[in-house]
Amino acid sequence: MKLPIFLDYSATTPVDPRVAKLMCDCLTQEGNFGNPASRSHVYGWQAEEAVENARRQVADLINADPREIVWTSGATESDNLAIKGVAHFYHKKGKHIITSKIEHKAVLDTCRQLEREGFEVTYLDPTSDGIISADQVAKAIREDTILVSLMHVNNEIGVVTDITAIGEVTRAKKVLFHVDAAQSTGKLAIDLAVSKVDLMSFCAHKTYGPKGIGALYVSRKPRVRLEAQIHGGGHERGMRSGTLATHQIVGMGAAFAIAQEEMDADNARIKHLSQRLWDGVKDMEEVYMNGHPTQRVAGNANISFNYVEGESLLMSLRELAVSSGSACTSASLEPSYVLRALGMNDELAHSSIRFSIGRFTTESDIDQAIELSRNAVIKLRELSPLWDMYKDGVDLDSVQWAAH
Amino acid sequence: MAYSEQVLDHYENPRNVGKMDEADAHVGTGMVGAPACGDVMRLQIKVNNEGVIEDAKFKTYGCGSAIASSSLVTEWMKGMTLDQAGEIRNSNISEELALPPVKIHCSVLAEDAIQAAIHNYKSKQ
Ligand SMILES: Cc1ncc(COP(=O)(O)O)c(C=O)c1O
Ligand code: FES
Repeated sequence: MKLPIFLDYSATTPVDPRVAKLMCDCLTQEGNFGNPASRSHVYGWQAEEAVENARRQVADLINADPREIVWTSGATESDNLAIKGVAHFYHKKGKHIITSKIEHKAVLDTCRQLEREGFEVTYLDPTSDGIISADQVAKAIREDTILVSLMHVNNEIGVVTDITAIGEVTRAKKVLFHVDAAQSTGKLAIDLAVSKVDLMSFCAHKTYGPKGIGALYVSRKPRVRLEAQIHGGGHERGMRSGTLATHQIVGMGAAFAIAQEEMDADNARIKHLSQRLWDGVKDMEEVYMNGHPTQRVAGNANISFNYVEGESLLMSLRELAVSSGSACTSASLEPSYVLRALGMNDELAHSSIRFSIGRFTTESDIDQAIELSRNAVIKLRELSPLWDMYKDGVDLDSVQWAAH
Repeated sequence: MAYSEQVLDHYENPRNVGKMDEADAHVGTGMVGAPACGDVMRLQIKVNNEGVIEDAKFKTYGCGSAIASSSLVTEWMKGMTLDQAGEIRNSNISEELALPPVKIHCSVLAEDAIQAAIHNYKSKQ
């Protein structure tokens, strides 16, 4: 079977071969397999050194102190630790949390859980191009607000949140600020000496590192306290117990070091490729790029092909590995809550495909994606009664649809 | 999701795609579904004076199984009497196309479209 072209880098990335090599060196008897917490012999000391080296690599990418990095199993756990950890530690100060409607489920579901525990959550509405502004945050902050949690880069539409501006607001109002940066490492420069962020979630697997490893940045100045969510041997200064996975951590460190080194070159290439993709389809009628046109990362192109249903489009694009937030409500897939939060109408929300481009994407991959997409859209519009009606000038909103 | 060969066949080579004149007294049109639900099916039949379906056309906005279901029923209906067509059940469709459980409602939609087209034709007589 010929494998489809991978254009789903926002879902995950392959591990960079340079990273995989270093990880393999931390597994077998000949390698660095020790328990980093073993204090009594060289196996432990070596493993600890590798872990601390990786901690520095992660801290360097975001200009933080290595002592501010806590290892976790990924961004989901980091989000949980940050949000529940703050809520449970500071609940006596207040029980109000602010987030947005376009966050990842790792944040939204954590907030839902806190609501069940008696916290109150405000879900901010983005603009139609996916922006949450500092102004909006300022207006939503109340006496009893303890935390604002917003993502740096949206995983579906690639829009960037101005965390520096929002950090000014939250710091001035003495509210903690958590940022989910799972999608931004290696794509945007992050400088936590400048941006006033108190907690930041990371994972390795969107930045050419392995799955199952992540980190949480916990600011030391000003000092942020958390209630641990996983108890045990007191690793990571009690914030997250559990034997550290040396090979995973080494992989994350190496991946982040490469990201720092190669970000500019990667970004330039990826920007060129996503422009090529958009240029290749944008002349078709009723095709839209979702999310803000400029305040976005290069690798994400979330495109709506109006009057074509997403699941059938994916079926025509079987030679591409892309993702769709679509398929009809009654089936297992749901239309994307992110696109709906942008206020997008249903036809358009059902017709969206996320192409995400990364380090190993080639020009020929993009050219094939363009050709396949164009052909699929033309074919499916031939089949689409909505396209007919649009062409006949029928206003779809005026039609009495037989609901079922 | 893996698709059955039958679904792929109808999806790759849909039969009887098209549109007939809705105003024609011999044409019955059934449109079911809604864009908000992610599926809209338009099924049309042309009925002769003997009450036999001479031609059938469809256009569908929806998933591959919905497209295949509507394509299949246009094939089946040609040459049937209205009564025969009215007896087509979604289970016949889902069986023929080997639809998985989550896709049964796509065949229900096709059955609804048949009924709507027949109803529309009869209301014109
Ligand atoms: C914004 C965002 N947050 C969190 C996650 C979850 O990360 P992980 O898979 O490492 O738990 C993802 C990716 O799936 C993401 O895109
Ligand atoms: S028509 Fe809804 S999934 Fe097929």
